[in-house]
Amino acid sequence: MALLDIKNLTIEYPDRHGTFTAVRDVSLSVDRGEILGIVGESGAGKSTIGNAIMGLLQRPGRIGGGEVYLDGDRLDTKSYAQMRPIRGKRIGMIFQDPMTSLNPLETVEAQLVETIDLHLKLGEKASQKRAVDLLDQVGIANAAERIKQYPHEFSGGMRQRVVIALALCAEPDFIIADEPTTALDVSIQAQILELIKKLCVERQVGMILVTHDMGVIAETADRVAVMYRGNLVELGTTQQITQNPQHEYTKVLISAVPPSNHRVERFIRVDYQGASDGRVKDLDLESHWLGEGVKRGSREGPILTVENLNKVFKSRSGFLAAAGATTHAVKDVSFAIQAGETFGIVGESGSGKSTIARLVTGIHKASSGQMDFDGQNLRTRPRGRAAVLHRRQIQMIFQDPYSSLNGRMKVGSIVAEPILINGLAKSRGEAMELAENLLELVELGPDAARRYPHAFSGGQRQRISIARALASRPRFLICDEPTSALDVSIQAQILNLLKDLQDRLDLTLLFISHDLPVMRQMCDRIAVMKLGEVVEVAAAEDIFEAPQHSYTQQLIGLMPKFEKPKAA
Amino acid sequence: MLKYILRRVAQSAVVLLVVGLVAFSMFRFVGDPIENMLGQERTLEDVERLRDRLGLNDPFVVQYWNFLKNASQGDLGISFRQGRPVVDILVERLPATLELALVSAIFAVIVGIGLGVYTAIRPKGWLTQFILTVSLIGVSLPTFLIGILLIYIFAVELGWLPSFGRGETVQLGWWSTGLLTASGLKAIILPAITLGLYQMTLIMRLVRSEMSEVLNSDYIRFARARGLTERSINFRHAIKNTLIPVITITGLQLGSIIAFAIITETVFQWPGVGLLFIDSVNFVDIPVMAAYLMFISVMFVGINLIVDILYVMIDPRLRTEGAN
Amino acid sequence: MENIRTFLASDFFYAFKRAPVAIFSFTVALILILSAVLAPLIAPYNPFDPATLNLMNGFTAPGDANAFTGESFVMGTDDQGRDVFSTILYGMRISLFVGFAAVLFALILGVALGLTAAMVGGRTDTIIMRIADIQLSFPAILVAMLIFGIAKGITPPEMRNQVAIWVLILSIGLSDWVQFARVVRGAAMVERRKEYVEAATLIGRGPIIIALRHILPNIVASVLVIATISLALAIIAEATLSFLGVGAPPTQPSLGTLIRIGQGFLFSGEWWILFFPALTLLLLALSVNLLGDWLRNTLNPNME
Repeated sequence: MALLDIKNLTIEYPDRHGTFTAVRDVSLSVDRGEILGIVGESGAGKSTIGNAIMGLLQRPGRIGGGEVYLDGDRLDTKSYAQMRPIRGKRIGMIFQDPMTSLNPLETVEAQLVETIDLHLKLGEKASQKRAVDLLDQVGIANAAERIKQYPHEFSGGMRQRVVIALALCAEPDFIIADEPTTALDVSIQAQILELIKKLCVERQVGMILVTHDMGVIAETADRVAVMYRGNLVELGTTQQITQNPQHEYTKVLISAVPPSNHRVERFIRVDYQGASDGRVKDLDLESHWLGEGVKRGSREGPILTVENLNKVFKSRSGFLAAAGATTHAVKDVSFAIQAGETFGIVGESGSGKSTIARLVTGIHKASSGQMDFDGQNLRTRPRGRAAVLHRRQIQMIFQDPYSSLNGRMKVGSIVAEPILINGLAKSRGEAMELAENLLELVELGPDAARRYPHAFSGGQRQRISIARALASRPRFLICDEPTSALDVSIQAQILNLLKDLQDRLDLTLLFISHDLPVMRQMCDRIAVMKLGEVVEVAAAEDIFEAPQHSYTQQLIGLMPKFEKPKAA
Repeated sequence: MLKYILRRVAQSAVVLLVVGLVAFSMFRFVGDPIENMLGQERTLEDVERLRDRLGLNDPFVVQYWNFLKNASQGDLGISFRQGRPVVDILVERLPATLELALVSAIFAVIVGIGLGVYTAIRPKGWLTQFILTVSLIGVSLPTFLIGILLIYIFAVELGWLPSFGRGETVQLGWWSTGLLTASGLKAIILPAITLGLYQMTLIMRLVRSEMSEVLNSDYIRFARARGLTERSINFRHAIKNTLIPVITITGLQLGSIIAFAIITETVFQWPGVGLLFIDSVNFVDIPVMAAYLMFISVMFVGINLIVDILYVMIDPRLRTEGAN
Repeated sequence: MENIRTFLASDFFYAFKRAPVAIFSFTVALILILSAVLAPLIAPYNPFDPATLNLMNGFTAPGDANAFTGESFVMGTDDQGRDVFSTILYGMRISLFVGFAAVLFALILGVALGLTAAMVGGRTDTIIMRIADIQLSFPAILVAMLIFGIAKGITPPEMRNQVAIWVLILSIGLSDWVQFARVVRGAAMVERRKEYVEAATLIGRGPIIIALRHILPNIVASVLVIATISLALAIIAEATLSFLGVGAPPTQPSLGTLIRIGQGFLFSGEWWILFFPALTLLLLALSVNLLGDWLRNTLNPNME
């Protein structure tokens, strides 16, 4: 018998619209020393399974049917109180966000000792010793000293190590890891995954690793369960699922993952139930509204040049306090973007890549340096209507599809607003017509204009965001992590759309992301940033195949590998 | 940490200066002090002489400076109505108000936190629903009505407790206390409950909402996933995190208890500074109003400083400098 | 029409239909407000018209026939023979007028200052919020009393009764703007950091239009919640001030004034002179409070 056995598990959430079935008839098993990856997009029900095993379903969720066994011991019939001695002792759990998983008011030691003593009854002294050993084993240097510190004195990666140590306190037989690396930077992610793998083998622990990231699965899991809307659609070895998927949905999911080892022109199959490939219709810029009155520069030479750009943020804590700390977010950055190309900026959190986007668009003011857009100095205020319109040719697509649209305006008004402000239509009626036209261009039906943003999914909202950017007749589009909040199949659709629009509309793209495989698909040239500085600029293929700077080499080395044969 | 507290002290000083400015402006511009002091029969020379003597011809800033200097030395002017130094009147009335405020603050904090924690831990229980409903009625009942209601039940109908006054007091130096005699203790029960009830409700509702939020946080979910007992989760992990925001607001509430005493003192004819203040508003006795304002703000600033120090003691994130 | 249909289909209305407390308090508040507005039509007597008063009717208990005149009154009469029911209706008019006017005043002032603080930031923000903080450290009722006292000192004695109501509105309104300013500023700061505001800047919207057209509609829910809770507080504040004798003038008695008068008769057995005005005040404050509480719980978790 397997260590963990789930038979026909069904989980339900009764609500106002009836009963929502989050997980339907799922059967799984995990052996000792094995990592089972559960993968799926949002709403697949993957996290719910972990919570159900622990008896920690959020109200009003309940187990509607099926059985859960741990080492032959039936869990699903146990009450909340009966489950308590099992939680932490026999099953450990690792949460997604290390920043919020620890009690901020107690030292790491206090939290470890409490958990150890509770389950193992070792007494104060022995528990303290074990706590130090655990921290040491999860790779925290100087464990004996650091254990006296509070959570806020640890970095994100280190906190996740503390969380893992807490999960290991009582030598559990089984661990449920719910998106354990999603909140972490790539380089930290690789270390944490390495640690998790090592612990599983050494301690012969069984593990469920819940994630949305195929790269993480490919690197870590032994077997994979693919979930779609509460159903288990495919179960197999990692090798089989990633290289030879059988179920239609798995095929879509795999083909939507950007391969890390080469560039594909388009993601081929991106839609599971609708079958459209979603190619943007051809349009003639000469005659289309989008091309009207736009001076098309020659495609030779740079369209945007940035020289010695600096940005220093001062944190002012007002009133009586002296000027606070300063952060040098962008240090002496220079680059030039050629008309028609896609230029990428890649870097980890805090590298200053998003700040550059906000400096170019004028949302933040630069501290020093030079920026020129097609002959216009971007650091001075534009004078005259022509100059203003010229400046508006730089537009931006934002990261968070939920906060980037005003929830109180209808989609039509959102898209028509820039047309009206910039006087690009003769009347309100014409502007609304143009807005509908643009919504169609990004493949939303014309009736989308009459609805509010909350009626749309994340991917659809991102399309609305693109339509709004197009409404200013841009030539230069900044995409700031445009797909990092989206599921992988939606990501593929949006990336396809951006590529098509760039082709049809003769756009230049500045593409900002932390996701290297995505960058490889999108960019012609890439700048690598670290702590506010550009460490390397090169053609995309060179960055991946022959990185020069040691930091770039490190990033490429740690990137989760999801390799596909070129023909796929 | 020291820097943090020093900064708070500096901020408190600014608050006091601003309040002082308001008090002084009232003093100076509302109601003509000359008219109040000289009465109907006066000559122009008298007026000029008095203006000079009172420094009313000095520049505004100089007058303000003198006002602050005098105030810090305990000279807050002379009551228009009673013709006695305001400070003497205040000192005489102070013990009554402070004792009342202290007793009701203790009542409000202990009962408020207790009920708040209970209702957060058992959100679905019938007792919780009952407490919450009663508390909402409590917030909707104006303090003076609660006072009248209590008087009606316990003084008029049952005759257990006195309906007004402080009872017998004992003199301890300049401080007169009612807490050492049986009749004094009996007399403080109704006013203290009346005064504390509103604050108690607020504290309870605050504790409840903060604690429910904490109980839904990731670190509590993680604590559950580690199998910690409900007891440890509620009373070790959740309660400390709840108290941090609660302390600040409770501190503010306690400051306002002293001011709210105005209403209670009126209902129970309690001889404290609140009663004095309401009389001064009625008779436009500006020096007393200004002095009362200064007194309240000193109390407020003091309580706030204590709260800040408590805050630093509980929250390790504030103890290490440079971290957020 | 379409708006009405959207409203009827909304989660908000669904939640309302499922909340007996909300329906109940909304109904009670509505009845009370309507009867106050329509007082001249509903009230059996005009308590301010000396011609209809008969001193002989004094101290008639509710429902009893008066020993001298034989008239009877639902809620009895006071010492001067005024019908308590009618005085309550007229008193509620004054209480509600002061309440609504004070909240409106506080709302306009608070929203304007809160939005300004959030949008302009820097020194302006610091100054506005510092003033708010300092004022907040004093209970609203004390601030209102101070303002009342000062205003009383400024106005000549013969005008005091005439302007009393307006002074009352001013002092309650000025004591309450801080709540609006703080909530609006907090909410606007959150909104301001959202990307749709950056997008609006990028297409060429100026800060004022962004504040009014983009940010304000997104924080209306919080303003509504604060306004409802403030209304209950303002009604209570007015009653308290009038009870203390520093509010509505004797010529325009509000609910608080009526309670002040009634308190004197409590010990001599004429309980109804106090009881009915007090009950009305409680119902009014309670229903508005319940409504505000429900609004906060319903609108806050999801501001959509």
